[in-house]
Order: sequence, then structure tokens, then C-alpha cells
Amino acid sequence: MSGTVAQAALGASAHLVAAPVVLPLAAGSLLLLLERVRPGWVAPASLAATLGFLAVALALLQRASGGAVEPYLMGNWQAPWGIALALDRLSALMLLLLGVLAVACVVYALGGRRGGDDRRGPHFHALFQFQLMGLAGAFLTADLFNLFVFFEVLLAASYGLLLHGDGAGQRARVAASVHYVVFNLVGSALFLIAVSMLYGLAGTLNMADLAQKLPQLPADRQALAQAAALLLLVVFAVKAALLPLYFWLPATYSSATAPVAALFAIMTKVGVYAIARVTTLIFGTTMVEPLLTPLALGTLALAAIGALAAPRLRALVAFLVVGSAGMLLLALGLGTPGTVSAGLFYLVHSTLVAAFLFLLVDRIALARGASDALQPRPLAGHWGVLGAAFFVGAVAAAGVPPLTGFLGKSLLLQAAGTTPWAGWVVALVLASSFLLVVAMARAGSTVFWEGGRAEASNRPSPDAPQGTPAGAKLALVALALGLGAITVGGGRLAAYTDATAAQMFDREAYIRAVLGAPVAPPAHDIRREMREREQAKAKTAAAPQEVNP
Amino acid sequence: MALMLALFIGTLIGTGVWLTLRARTFDTILGLTLLGYGVNLFIFTMGRLRVDAAPIVEKTLPGSLLTHADPLPQALVLTAIVIGFAMTALLLAIALRARGEADSDHVDGHDSREAAS
Repeated sequence: MSGTVAQAALGASAHLVAAPVVLPLAAGSLLLLLERVRPGWVAPASLAATLGFLAVALALLQRASGGAVEPYLMGNWQAPWGIALALDRLSALMLLLLGVLAVACVVYALGGRRGGDDRRGPHFHALFQFQLMGLAGAFLTADLFNLFVFFEVLLAASYGLLLHGDGAGQRARVAASVHYVVFNLVGSALFLIAVSMLYGLAGTLNMADLAQKLPQLPADRQALAQAAALLLLVVFAVKAALLPLYFWLPATYSSATAPVAALFAIMTKVGVYAIARVTTLIFGTTMVEPLLTPLALGTLALAAIGALAAPRLRALVAFLVVGSAGMLLLALGLGTPGTVSAGLFYLVHSTLVAAFLFLLVDRIALARGASDALQPRPLAGHWGVLGAAFFVGAVAAAGVPPLTGFLGKSLLLQAAGTTPWAGWVVALVLASSFLLVVAMARAGSTVFWEGGRAEASNRPSPDAPQGTPAGAKLALVALALGLGAITVGGGRLAAYTDATAAQMFDREAYIRAVLGAPVAPPAHDIRREMREREQAKAKTAAAPQEVNP
Repeated sequence: MALMLALFIGTLIGTGVWLTLRARTFDTILGLTLLGYGVNLFIFTMGRLRVDAAPIVEKTLPGSLLTHADPLPQALVLTAIVIGFAMTALLLAIALRARGEADSDHVDGHDSREAAS
């Protein structure tokens, strides 16, 4: 008996790799049902599912940190033919980051006893779970077409989440949604063209198999393969908001409801992740370096200018997101294990900071009578706590010591020192950091100090909300603690990202693991049973007189 | 056949891009639809053009791509059609909502030239 239990546990743990996709899918479907029959259960069920996701992500990180690439064959089909998932250090890190972010967003959205942002429109929690499913699938998949499908899942959910909300800003939100959806649909069309070109060339879409087959193409096909690769890069750059393709981001992020915007902080990172995956695994980093590096540097400069010119606090944070994408793509473009490791370190930090700031700015806007315009306005209540939190966020975002933004940037500068771009990188990263400090300082002093002066003549409006809901406090404190944890545990995180970068550049191990994944012996082989039944039938048909006189 | 199909895909995609770049949501949606058709045909051709070949293994023929059409692009194109159709429907709903909110079918919600005149 205990043997079968142990066997069952072992079997279940082998399927854990698929859990980040399956769990949110099941939870989201269940939530759609609960909305109708038991509305009161929706909030706890959503929270439980998200916490479960975080637990699964932690378990997977534990497993991946051993250093092995763990493939999972969907439907038990051998790798290049079936759809495979693969868990490595990079996927596990992204999943854990997503889990932490998702818990903070759900807790914030639940708000306090009087309800929070999740009540401002239908289906928030279900859409949130589907978004998690799409993101987790994109991080785990080892198949390009599957990556496209998961992109569409996460985009479809994000369209719904972006429209979530009511009252003020609804018009801006709908207009931003139209742009966002059209832009992403064009991106999807390009994605399909690139993917089908690769299939036409190599006859496979499994990433490991592509990595093996593309270099073996004849020379006259190499140019086509490169065109497809660059087309893919354009698609991922749309998602990651690289320089010429970033226009959708500030309007979209600054019009979304706060918890949605905070979750969207990881959406640009999906693009970065996809670029990281395909360049290190399939196409090689040397091909993209001359293209990605200058564009990423341009993105950095532009984000700093945009942050200085931002008329609203949310737009300011949105430009910080653009800037962080620039930093990450710079790290990838330089394409040495050192810069990639520094980039991953910065990725964890910048995602948490962006989410923290989106949530915090929402609190600040509410305290100022639902306005985040960068103009002096009276601030309800005391500015001390909000101001201190904004200060911490600004320090982290701009990359000033002692927080991790500084560690990430210094790691990147150190690693970039050996590349031919060293001069440009150092100059632009430092200059953009300086401009971000100026932008954040200007925003903070306008909001907290000039607002404080206006308060004397103009008392806060009576409709300003009294106090902060417990959920919002909890989410902000949790994200701040997360930032503190990666600052204190920076050494361990850096060791992990170093190992991750080393694993990403070890393409052979990934290819071997995915293509060599053994098919599990089936408990029931339906095809064999059908064959046997057919044979038996044929036997009885061949000799009808003997069996059936 | 290859030339005809290439011209056809090119026309669809060219028209689609041109319409997508227009400033009215209805034109844009039509453009995206045409773009989707072009892309779907393109995926289909990536399995190589074959006439009189089944995508499912026939028992009388040896099971190889020499005697059969590649079934995978056909499966991919089905997925792409379904996703594209659903996304277009969603975009249509959002565009109608935007039209209702802003009382204009301009993609920005207002026409700067109309406002100026």
C-alpha cells in the first residue's frame, strides 16, 4: 500500500513541471463558475490559487537549482514531434518572480473589508488566473508555436484586464486598449510568418531541434533563416518595448488599474525572456549584438527623457518600465555570460520595483483626490509614510546605492567593461541613471512638498478615502520586503543568475535533455489494445463457421 | 501555382497593411482580417504545395512525405485561424465600445483635424 502511495507521489512530482500551466487554468475556470453560484468564495479561492502557484514556483526553483534541464513531454509524445515543456534555471527564476508579483497584485486588488479594485468590473480574478497561465506557459514551453499560443493566451487575458475598471479614466483606457490590441495583433501576424518560415526551412518548431538543425542548413537557406530570426526578434521587441516599438507602453500602462499595471510589469519581461531564450539557444548571440545593443542604448536614453517629460506619475513609472527593458536588452545584446547574468539580476529587481511603484502611485493618487498629475495638489492625511515609501522606490528605481538597482547596474557595467561597447554603455547607463534621479526627485518634491504647501489654503476634499485598505498595505510591504530581501541576499541571487547564464550558454545540455527525454511507459496503451481487438475481430471474421455455427 | 499563390498572398498582405495603417477602427479591423488571411495562407504554403496528396497516412501508400502532404502546417493554420478569429471578434467588441465612449471611430478616439476645423 505504502509502495503505491510513494509511486503516486513520485508520479505527481514528475508532473509538477506542468502545474504552473494547469493550476491557473483550472482555477480560472472554477472562478468563472464560482462568480455565478458563490460570489463570496471568489476572493479566497483566487488568493488560494495564487498562493498555490507561488508554492509550485518555489518547489520548481528548488528543483531547477540542481542545474539539470528537466523536460516534460505533454501527452507523452517523443520530443521533436510532441509539445514539450522544459524547466531550467531561467524558467524557474521567471516563474518565482511571477508568483511573488501575482500574490502581491491579488492581495492589493482584494483591498480591505469594503472591497478593492477587483470589484470594479466583472471577471477580474478569472482573467488574472488566465493571464498567469499564459505567462507561466510562455516561460516553460520548449516549442516555438506553443510559445505563440501562450502569447495569445496571455494577450487575450491582458486585453480583458486592461479594460478592467470603472469611472475616471475609462475613456482613456478604451482608447489605449484599441491601440494595444491592434499593435499586438500585427505582432502576432509577424510571429506566425516567422514561425512558419522556420518550419518551412527546418521542418521542426521544437526549440532544441531547431537549434540543432538551423546550422546544418545549406548556405543559400541561411539568409532566409536569418530573416525569420530577425522577424521573431521584432515580435519580441514589440512585447519588450524596444526603441522604435515602445509607443504603446506608456499609454497602456498608465491607463490600467493599479494591480493590473503592476502585473503588467512582468509583461515586458516576457519579451525579454523570449529574446534571451531564442538568442542563446537557437540563433546565437553574435547575430543580434550589432542590432540589439544600439537600440537598447537608445531605449535607455529615451526612457530617461520620457521620464523627465512625464506629466503624470503613472506615465513616469511607465517610462521606468521602458528604461528597465532597455537595460535588460542591453545586457542580452552584449551577449557575454557576465552581462546576461547581470541582466537577470536587474530583471528581478526592476520587475519588483515597477510593481511596487505602480501600486504606490495608486495610493498617492487616491490620497490626492484621484489625481496623479504632476502638479501641486493637496494631499489628504500625512505625507510621511507615502513620501518615505516613494523615496525608497525612487532610490531603487534610479539605481542609487544601497538598494539592488545599484548592484544590478554596477554588475552590468563591470561585465560590459570587456566588450567593445564599454564606452557607450558606461556613458549612457550613468547618464540615464542621473536623469532618472532628477525625474524622480522632481516628481517627489512636486507631489509631497508643494502639495503640502497647497494644503494650508485648500483642505483635502471630503471624498478622499479614509485610511489605506489592509490588502494594499500588505501588498506594498511585501514588495518592499522582497526588494530588501534581494538587496540583503544579493550575493545568493547573483550566484544563482551566474549559474543561470552559464546554463543558458550551455546549449548542448538543453538540446540533449529535451530531445533525449524518455517517454514514460504507458499504463494503458490504447493503440495496442485497439490493434489487438481488431486482430481478434479479424480472426473471428476469418473463421465464422467454427466459432459461430 | 506557386507564382499565383505568392501574388495572392502578397496582395492580401499589402492590402491588409495599408488598411491597418488607416485611422478609422473599421478599416483597421478589416486590414487585420486580410493580414490574417495572408498569413494563414503563408503558413499553409510552408508545408510545400502538393496536389492530390492526403495529409493523413493512407494504408496503401508508404508513410512518408514523398507520398503525403505535410499535416503539421495544416494543424498550425487551424490553430492560427481560430486564434485570429477570436482576437478579431474581441477587437471588434473593444472598437465598438471605444466608438460608444468617444463618439468617434478614429483610432485615437478623436480626430485632431475635425477638432481643429
